[in-house]
Amino acid sequence: MLRVITVVIAVLTVAGARPAAAADAINPDADFKAFRHYYTKRFPHVPLNDFVNGPYSMDADLRKQWQAIDEFPPYDFAVDRGKDMFATPFKNGKTYGDCFPDKGIGIRQNYPYFDEKTGEVITLELALNRCREANGEASYSYVKDEMASLTAYMAFTSRGKPFDIKIPNDPRALAAYQNGEKYFYSRRGQLNFSCASCHVQSAGEHIRTEVLAPALGILAAMPIYRSEWGGMGTISRRFVTCNSQVRGVPLEPQDENYRDLEYYLSYMANGLPISGPGTRP
Amino acid sequence: MMMGAKDMRIFAAMIGFVCFAAATVAQAASTQADFDSALAAALAAEKDAGALKNRWTTTEQVLAAAKKAAATGDFDAAVKQAKQAEALAKASIAQAKEQDTAWKAGVIH
Repeated sequence: MLRVITVVIAVLTVAGARPAAAADAINPDADFKAFRHYYTKRFPHVPLNDFVNGPYSMDADLRKQWQAIDEFPPYDFAVDRGKDMFATPFKNGKTYGDCFPDKGIGIRQNYPYFDEKTGEVITLELALNRCREANGEASYSYVKDEMASLTAYMAFTSRGKPFDIKIPNDPRALAAYQNGEKYFYSRRGQLNFSCASCHVQSAGEHIRTEVLAPALGILAAMPIYRSEWGGMGTISRRFVTCNSQVRGVPLEPQDENYRDLEYYLSYMANGLPISGPGTRP
Repeated sequence: MMMGAKDMRIFAAMIGFVCFAAATVAQAASTQADFDSALAAALAAEKDAGALKNRWTTTEQVLAAAKKAAATGDFDAAVKQAKQAEALAKASIAQAKEQDTAWKAGVIH
């Protein structure tokens, strides 16, 4: 009798463990579908491609202000500067274009990507600084100024092209993806907020005078001219600021966690158009 | 023997005085050595939080305030703030450990 009970308990334990194991499996495709479904169901009036416009897709008054501002886009100077920088040779005669496929034109939608040689996520910002270093130039700050100008120009050449982030069949790539997902959903800082607290659970809600952007397509407009900053800022700057706002000490720009986070969010945006550079309050 | 109302008041006043005196003595006891000890504990906890990539800006601010108070010789305030910083750092460590698995509860399915 005891043996029968033991067998029954063992069978129940195994049966009970199966769904948990399935839930723990890394499945980017299933995540993508659930993520997309969540936003389209919650905001049925928002056209799918309009999510890339962040708070402007959520609030009609804010959208009118944005449209007025965009008659003379405040990021234009960054695009022009980035274009000049892109065309100016390094001291060794090479240019940024020599470091990228298609000479760096119209490729922003493919970043970040997982580099199977080095086993890490490569963002556009990281690739630009590695290009500089490979050509004997000093790296730039990741958060604004030159880096924002370069990425603004590269985003501009990709406008309208859909995000096309790939996760190769490589356990390291899946681990990077999941690490990004984990960072997105983990609470941090004294305020105990996760990225999702604002951009999933509270998307479209007000936090003081700001309208919180949905996480779906949230990086498509990067880099951005932000009124709060009084200038341009990169994806790195956005992540650093988010951490500070919840009273967490930010990581170093381009920390592995930030790069994985960018990988996760960009994958969730697959198919949505690049709209950067952008403008935000 | 029953205490009268007057005796009760005197007894309560005595207890109050003893507590006040004890607290005053305890407060006045903070020294550079107390601060060094409290600061070391706070810094050790903050280092652990850093290893988990989960430091809080508040902890850093309180640590800075503790050092500033110690520099002016106000060791009572310095010890109090160092202990507060240690508590904050330990809370950030607990948060990181809890979120190591709890993050999954928030995932969209």
